[in-house]
Formats: sequence, C-alpha cells, structure tokens
Amino acid sequence: MALVLERRPEAGKWALLLSPLLAVVLTLVSSLVIFWMLGQDPLRALQVYFLLPVSDAWGLQEVMVKATPLVLIATGLALCFRSNNWNIGAEGQFLIGAICGGGVAVWTHGWGGPWVLPLMLAAGALGGMAYALIPAVLKVKLRVNEILVSLMLVYVADLLLDWLVRGPWRDPFGFNMPQTVTFAPEATLPLLFQGGRMNLGSVIALVVVVAAAVVMARTLKGFEIRLVGQAPRAARFAGFSDARLTLTVFAVSGALAGLAGVLEAAGTVRQLLPGFSVGYGFTAIIVAFLGRLNPVGCLIAGIFIAITFIGGENAQIVLRLPRDMTLVFQGMLLFYILACDTLILYRVRRRVPGVGAQA
Amino acid sequence: MADRTPLLVAEALTRRFGALVANDSVDLRIMPGEIHALLGENGAGKSTLVKMLYGLLVPDGGRILWRGEPVTLANPRAARALGIGMVFQHFSLFDAMTVAENVGLALDEAEPLRDVAERLREVSRAYGLPLEPGREVWRLSVGERQRIEIVRCLMQDPHLLILDEPTSVLTPQETEGLFETLRTLRDEGRAVLYISHKLDEVRQLCEAATILRQGKVVERCDPRGQTAASLARMMVGSQIAEVRLSHAAEATGPVRLRVDNLNMPSEDPQGTSLKGVSLELAAGEVLGIAGVAGNGQDELFAALSGEVLAPRAADLTLDGTPIGREGINRRRRRSAAFVPEERLGHAAAPRMALSENALVAGHAANGFLRGGFIQRDRMLNWVDAVTHAFDVRKGPRDPEARDLSGGNLQKFVVGREMLRKPRLLVVSQPTWGVDAGAASLIRQALLDLARDGASVLVISQDLDELFQIADRIAVIFNGRLSDAQPTREMTREAVGLLMGGEGFGPATPGATPGAAPGAAPGQARDKEGVA
Amino acid sequence: MTLATAILLTVITAATPLLIAAIGELVVERSGVLNLGVEGMMIMGAASGVAVAIITGSSTLGVLAAIGAGVALAAIFALLTLALAANQYASGLALTIFGVGLSGVVGAPFVGVQREGIGRITIPFLSDIPVIGPVLFRQDLFVYASVALVIGVSWFLWRTKSGLILRACGENPVSAHALGYRVLRIRLYAVLFGGACAGLAGAYLSLVLTPFWTSGMTAGRGWIALAIVVFASWLPFRAMLGAYLFGGLIILQLHAQTAGVAIPSQFLAALPYLLTIVALTLIMAARRGTGAGSVAPAGLGQPFTPDR
Repeated sequence: MALVLERRPEAGKWALLLSPLLAVVLTLVSSLVIFWMLGQDPLRALQVYFLLPVSDAWGLQEVMVKATPLVLIATGLALCFRSNNWNIGAEGQFLIGAICGGGVAVWTHGWGGPWVLPLMLAAGALGGMAYALIPAVLKVKLRVNEILVSLMLVYVADLLLDWLVRGPWRDPFGFNMPQTVTFAPEATLPLLFQGGRMNLGSVIALVVVVAAAVVMARTLKGFEIRLVGQAPRAARFAGFSDARLTLTVFAVSGALAGLAGVLEAAGTVRQLLPGFSVGYGFTAIIVAFLGRLNPVGCLIAGIFIAITFIGGENAQIVLRLPRDMTLVFQGMLLFYILACDTLILYRVRRRVPGVGAQA
Repeated sequence: MADRTPLLVAEALTRRFGALVANDSVDLRIMPGEIHALLGENGAGKSTLVKMLYGLLVPDGGRILWRGEPVTLANPRAARALGIGMVFQHFSLFDAMTVAENVGLALDEAEPLRDVAERLREVSRAYGLPLEPGREVWRLSVGERQRIEIVRCLMQDPHLLILDEPTSVLTPQETEGLFETLRTLRDEGRAVLYISHKLDEVRQLCEAATILRQGKVVERCDPRGQTAASLARMMVGSQIAEVRLSHAAEATGPVRLRVDNLNMPSEDPQGTSLKGVSLELAAGEVLGIAGVAGNGQDELFAALSGEVLAPRAADLTLDGTPIGREGINRRRRRSAAFVPEERLGHAAAPRMALSENALVAGHAANGFLRGGFIQRDRMLNWVDAVTHAFDVRKGPRDPEARDLSGGNLQKFVVGREMLRKPRLLVVSQPTWGVDAGAASLIRQALLDLARDGASVLVISQDLDELFQIADRIAVIFNGRLSDAQPTREMTREAVGLLMGGEGFGPATPGATPGAAPGAAPGQARDKEGVA
Repeated sequence: MTLATAILLTVITAATPLLIAAIGELVVERSGVLNLGVEGMMIMGAASGVAVAIITGSSTLGVLAAIGAGVALAAIFALLTLALAANQYASGLALTIFGVGLSGVVGAPFVGVQREGIGRITIPFLSDIPVIGPVLFRQDLFVYASVALVIGVSWFLWRTKSGLILRACGENPVSAHALGYRVLRIRLYAVLFGGACAGLAGAYLSLVLTPFWTSGMTAGRGWIALAIVVFASWLPFRAMLGAYLFGGLIILQLHAQTAGVAIPSQFLAALPYLLTIVALTLIMAARRGTGAGSVAPAGLGQPFTPDR
C-alpha cells in the first residue's frame, strides 16, 4: 500500500479559512470525549468552558483583558514565523517587558507624574526588544539555534522576576509577601468602561493589529517578510538581507511582547509578583498559528483562546478540573490546525495499482 | 547474442499525476546486448517511464515483462534483484558520506564496509573507473560522482543499466570515456537504456531508439540511419524555429563590464572559491562561459549580480564605475539585470503569484512602489506585458510560479528582465531543462538584446548553445576563468580540454585545499578514465 | 564515602535523564527529523510513570508506562510530520504544550504522594574499590542503561547497515528514496525510539531522582537535551560528555545554594540555562573558526513526501 499526498487543484482562499474552523470543531469534539472520560457531563463542561465566559458584560471585558496580551504577542510572532525565525521565547520577553516597565513604576512610586505611563510603555517595549535581540544576534552572527536560546531565556527571565520581587523590589509594607508595591494611579492604564477591567491596552493592541495587517499586505517590508520565509534564495535575489530581517522581526516581536508585558503590569495586575504571567507567551504561539500567521487572524484567534483561558479558570472552580486542561486543549488545537492544513491543501490518496503492478 | 527473447518489454505502461498523463500506454522493447536510446523533450515522460522500470513509481496500468515473464517491480530492490541498475540524472549520492558508504547503501545484502571497499576497488579497476573508497563525496568532481553511481550499479552485476541524461554534466572528453565504458558493457552482453536529448550522442552510441512525445511513443528507429535533424523532428513533432541570426560581432562597442582579478572565497564551505577571475564584456557582445557544473559558476553569478559583494569596489566596473561593493538592487538601478540558474526558489518564489515574482526582481527599478506601498495593478500590467512579449502560456492571469511548466516559467523569468531593456544581462543556464521551442525563443531574445547594444553574459553547460549564440567563449575551471576567445576560432575539443582543466597551469598553492571539485589529482584520474 | 565520590554520584544522577533523552533525540535528528517535543514527551513519561507505579505498586510497570507514554506522544508527532508532512517546528511545540498540559491532568491525583524510589544495584566486591567503586558499580539500572544506550546507538549508527540507512535518510531523503529505502518508515522508527527514550528519561525523574510527582518537574530538561545534541555535533559519545557537563553544572549550582554562597539562589538556578546558551555559542564559534561548516544532518527538519 502506498499513501500519497496530492495537491488539490481546487483548494483556494476558502481553504485558508476552513482549516482553522475545522480544527476548532475537531478540538471541541475531542474535548467532549475527554470530559466524558474524566467523568464530567460533557455538555455542562462545554458550557463552562465556552459559554460562561461570554455570558455577561463583565465576562466579555475579561475576555478582552486576556486577549490583549495574546493578540499583541501573537502578531509579533506571526511576523517571525512567517520569515522562518523561530522566536519561542516570547514568554521571557513578556516578563522582561513587565520588569522594565514595572521597574519604572516602582522607582517613581510616590513622586511620579503623568509622564510615568509613557515612560513605562517605552521601557517595557525596549526591554522586550533588547531581550529578543539576544537570540537574534547570536543567530545572525554565529548561527546559534534561536529556538533553544530564546527558550532558555524564558527560564532566566522567570528567575529574574522571582529574585526582584523577593529581593530589591519587595514592597516594604507588604507583610513580607513576594510582590512589589501596588502601582500608583499615574502608573496604571485608564479603564475603558465602568464595571470591568478592560483598559487602554486593548485599544493599543487593536491599533497594532491594523498596522501590522497593512504592513504585511501592502508594503515592501511585508513582502520581504513573506519572501524570506518562503524562498530565502529568491529573497536574496531580490536584494533583501536575511540577517537584517531576522534582527528586525525579532526586535518587533520582542517589543510587542514587552509591550504586552508592561500593559499587563500597568493595566491588569498593577504590581509585579511571581506567577505574574499565566503563560501568555507560549499560548500566543498557538494563537499565531490558529490565526494563520495573519494579524487579523491573530486578533480573532486571540479572542477565541482568551475565552478558553477563562473557561479553564471557571472549570477549575466549578468542575474541579485541573487548570492544565487548558494546555491540553491548546496543544490539541495546534495538532488539528497542522493536520487540517495538510488535509485541506492536499488529498491523501491510496494509489490504486494497475494490472501487473501492485503498491 | 543468440538469445532473441527481449530482455525487457514494457506493454502499455500508463502513469498519471493528477490530471496529467505522464505516460500514456507506452511500449518499449530492449534486447540483451543493446544500447537503446530513449529520446524525448523535457516533459515528454522519459523520467516517469524509467522510474517505473526501476520500481520507483507504480504504474497505473500496463505490465512489464522480464525475459518474457511478467514481473512486479514494487520497489527498486525488486528491480535490482532482477538485474536492473540505474544511474540518476541528479545523482542519488550522500555528500557527507564516503564513497564506500555510498556504494554500500546501494547493495541489497548487508556487507561489511571493508569488503565493500575491496570489491569496489576491483570493479572500478576492471572498468577503468578509478575511485577512492574512503573519500567523502563532496570532495569529488562531478565526473567522479557519476563514476560512483555507475560502479555501484556494476557491483550488482546488472543485465540492464539505465542512465538518465548521463552526459549533461560531463566534458566532451569525459563523455567519450563514458561511451567506452558503455560499449564494454554491451560487449559483455549487458543492455543499456540511454536517456538523452543530445542527438549526436545517440547516433554515435545507440543501435535502437524509442522516441517519446507528450507521454506517448511516437517513433521507433535505428538512430544510426537518421540525421540529427530527422531525430529532432520526431522528438518535437514539428520544425523548430532556427535561431535566425548571429549579429555582427565586429560591431561591438566600448567595454561595459570589467572584472579585474577577482578573488572571492565561497560562502559555502563545500563550494568553489573564485581565483583571479578577469574578464571584459563589450557593448553589443554575447560572452559565453562554459564549464562543468560546480567549478565556480554559482559563485561567479553571485559576484556579478551583487548577491555577494566583492572584496574591493574596483574588482568590478560597469561603464567605468566601480560597483564591486554595490548590492544587487543598486546594480539593477544601473540597468543591469540577472537571471539565475534555478528557476524555482532562486529566480522565482514557487508559491507566490507571478505578479509578486515580478516584484522580486523589480521592486528596485521598475516603479512598482509608491511611498513604500505596493502597486498591484502595475505589477499585473507588467506580468501581462511579459506574457505577451515572451509567449508565456498559463491558465489564469496571475498563477503561482510553480503552476507554470519549466519552459514557460523560464520565459517569464527571462522576459521579466528583458522587458526592462537592460544594458547588461547576466544569465545562467538560460535554457536548462526547457523544451526546444522555449529554448529557441530565449536564445533569439538574447541575441536580439545584444544586437540592440546590450552586453550579455551567458553561463552555460550546454556547449551547443554557447557555440550558437556567443561571440566569445571563456571556460571556468576550479574557480579560475580562461581568456575568452572568439567562438569562430574555438573548437569543441579545445573547449572540452579547458573544461577538464588543461591549459590552466598548476593550481595556485594553498588555494582551498581539498575543497575544490576536480582538483589536480582528480583530473589525473579523469584522463585514466578516458584511456 | 569521600566527598569526591558523593559529588560524582550526584553528577551522574543529574546527568542521566539528560543523557537518555539526548541520545533518543540524536537518533531522531540523524534520521532527518527535528522533534522539539522532547520536553513534552519527557514530562508525560514522568507523570505516567509515577501514576502507574503508585496504582500498581510496581516500579517496573511504571517505567514501562513511561516509555509507552513517550512512544504514544511521539506517534502523534510522527502522524503529523511524517504522514501529513506538517511543519516539524510547530508540531514539536504543540507536542510540548500538549504533553505539559496532559501531564498536569494525569498527575493531579498523585500530587504529594510519596513512594520509595528505585534503588541502586550494588555489585559485590567491585563496589568496594575506593572512589570509582561506588561510582561505577553502585548505580541504579538507569545509569547502566544510559551508558549501554550510548554504546549501542554509536555501534548501530556507524557499524550496522541499518544505521547507515538511517543516517542516509537524514543526509538526503530524496536519494535514500531513489535507492528504494522507505524513508518515512525509517524516520517513524527513529521518532518512536526518541519518544521511548524521552519517556524513560521522564521515568527517571519521577521514579528515581525525586520519587514523587510535581507539576512541571522536568523544568526545561527536555530543552537542554535538545541543546546537548547540537553541542555534541550529533555524536553519541560527545552527547555523553555534554550530559555529564550539564549534570555537573546542575550539581555545582545546588551545592553552591546549600553551601550558602552569597549569591541569590535565583542566579544560581539560572546558571544551567545561561550556560546552555554560552555552550551553544562557544561551539558555534569554534565550528566557524574551523570552517567545517554545518555538521548537522543535511536533511534535518525537511519534510519529505515520496511520490509514488
């Protein structure tokens, strides 16, 4: 028997949309089976995961709060992955962004002014950018594997945050808890609506998505990113420098992850503490792929994943399901996306042998 | 031979790829002790047919008889067990492994490598194909690599040896050596299936021929009784437009491109460094650069195009301006244009539309941008213009590059540059693997461009092509370039000797030891191979 | 027991899971596949190992379950990257995320359950030799197994026809296919072997090193194993050297912490990760100096689809 993959000649633009949708459906079906195996009422579980989070205004705001960092990071990662640069250390860049921006808040605590917030955002973005440039420079100069370096730096950033909040930055009046002071009002982002936590960060994320979409679709830089990823030799023939592009996309994605970090610190958490991140940097990888490495796609995918994030928290409380269940869904979702991409663009066929020959 | 049972018969073999019928009820009959030619244009279905005979592709219909018995060739192992060996066009070798390991991989019985090496020495001595078992493949010349392929087939003691376009990478002298080997094999009673589109070779070597066109057998003949022209007609099915004119070489203008003692290490550790390359190219002239693949052609193209910068600005001058340190786009703005060897992946991004592929080479000098934004309509108009001027056949208006046939994509990537009316065109392997019609159109366009005053530099392995269109020919060997001579004063034999490294003098001491394919020691062995 | 012996012993224990996982991945990458999911397979091995060992009371069954879990996850990866020719990077990342999550779900009921770890084997007389005696002859089965794996894999890759074929698939899958080898099937075996090794390494963590389950207990060891393969230039004995170097680092860091060195513990804890980066950088810089180019299998990470 021989299985062959054959390109579907008729696969057009619709396939690009169909594949993530199909992946979502398959993930839902699989989760029903898993819930059933865990002894839960599958429909009830599904309701807790996917409907409860969006059933009231407060919940909807929470979804946007969670979606904001995911969308920001994923948009940056999409640029990286498109150009074959595997930055998987966004989690670390996110933390460094929070540390740099949060550091400004801690430092100016008590004597700041309206200039604090812009300074924090700039410090966060620059910090994330600098941190992302470490693997990028090593890759460009010495061809060191960027996957391993960027990932190792996540652990380093995590430990750095841990040290800071237990050591130099600990709130002196915090009953010895490992956390910084709660940020002053001038170091926090304004809320958008009453009765929720949705803040200016969501607006910034939306602006970033629109800008990234225009760059990718309409400008030479976007073309460069796509070309380097698809055909590196052709990109060289076009006169594009892959080294410079690697530095650029790492810098941009690092800055966006750092920005997400400082927005999370200044907008949502309003202090630094261990376990500050719930793994946005890693989840954003899934968001980027689910969004087909397209900025607008990342926006939609980010909102969807944010719902499951909150659903996971609900399930922990309501159904006593481990929170790691969310990761299982995410991993499964990515499996299905990858599989659907192949199955929709290609047809798996058994070659039927003719007379006198068999496969 | 007394035995008149055909060694191999293919009956009504059919193979489809999606909608394309690559082989449509193909019949083939090979006698023992016969060198049988399989002729056809690129895309005629030759490779598909031999892959089925070697068990690499499963036929959709038809059957194969071996010595009169129907057989099933489920995989190459089954083919080898019957006594069928194959030498691939794009060698199936493993660069990082040794010769002995490469041979061991093709043997079906597990055999200690030491024994493989021993037998390898014996066989290669017996057939005058010397090889060192312990050498890594990437250190070897193209001719030596082909020897590995042949020797590892011979170690299986095959009754039928299939060779897919074996001479496209050889010098004329190496080709003659190969023919000697093949005649020896025939005299031992073995059959050879020889795939080629070089008609003179086929007339010289083969006693039977099967001709394929568009997946069907269109003719069977004894090529010795045919002329090259009559064979070509069978292959193509109609008269090919002859290249109309060679322009007056005397009327060439001032020097446009000058390369002055260019020394450049290869970026690829297994590549060939350029050593003291000098050339001059006048306005209105076509300069041909011949050479066996892997002798520095890629590096030369990269240096001329600016994909890799020269060490000094003065290494290259264009119309008197030093451009050695300028990148490819700045050179394009000086009205230079480039067509690399690889169509898919280098000249064009396979999964991008033609309009975006127009942007690949044209974003610097074609006005496809306004304020940093891409002007899609202008790119589409450009695609239409290229399509019209170069007869690019395609379905939709703006398909992906990979959906075009080789010939049509080549017309597109050549036309994309020509339409700009460049003053300098550097083109590598302009007609490699394209059908005769497209090849003739492209060559004519190159000549027309030169007649209008542009300078054209053609890097090609195809000597026929160079003798047809070049005013002067230089040969690249091991990163060094011979002085260009007027084509009228050159013979194929003289070019062939240069391609084999004769007349270059001793290699510069200390120049990339071991990394050069076909370095001096390998060359000495090449001559033994001919003897 | 001297201090030197004690340190050597702990170094070996710290290095063994890294070594087992790295050897598995080395075989996978030699066949041309890059599986970034080592961390996920390893942690699933750790979780399933401890779960089955607690339920059945049998360490042997626990180890087998760990291997089974690694193989099962590897099979998912193989389905995606081999049968469906999906992107290997993304599939490996998905595998890690999935494995880390699933291990949390599987391990949740067993958090905090202590059990006795798998003990050491003492070889009589030989283990009484000073210093090297306890190091060489009083180890657990995993340590011996890891050394056997290194020797076995090295022998397999360079002394057998099958090993030659496997390397051929990693060098040039197209040529290997043209010679009639079933590239995908060979890669499948390699990927499953890698999964088994990663699962075994996970079992070592949860059944020997710290004989209980904590969420996220692999702490990046799977990724360090990946780095060791690069560091080792895809050579088994060098992977052994690399694993022991990293094992030494981890122990050094632990000893420094307990000895109360005046450096914050977080900095010491960050050392293995930082030194992984330094090691990768140095090895790449050294390789560049020699001009040897890439020593990675030429076909690493390239999907292959045969047309038949």
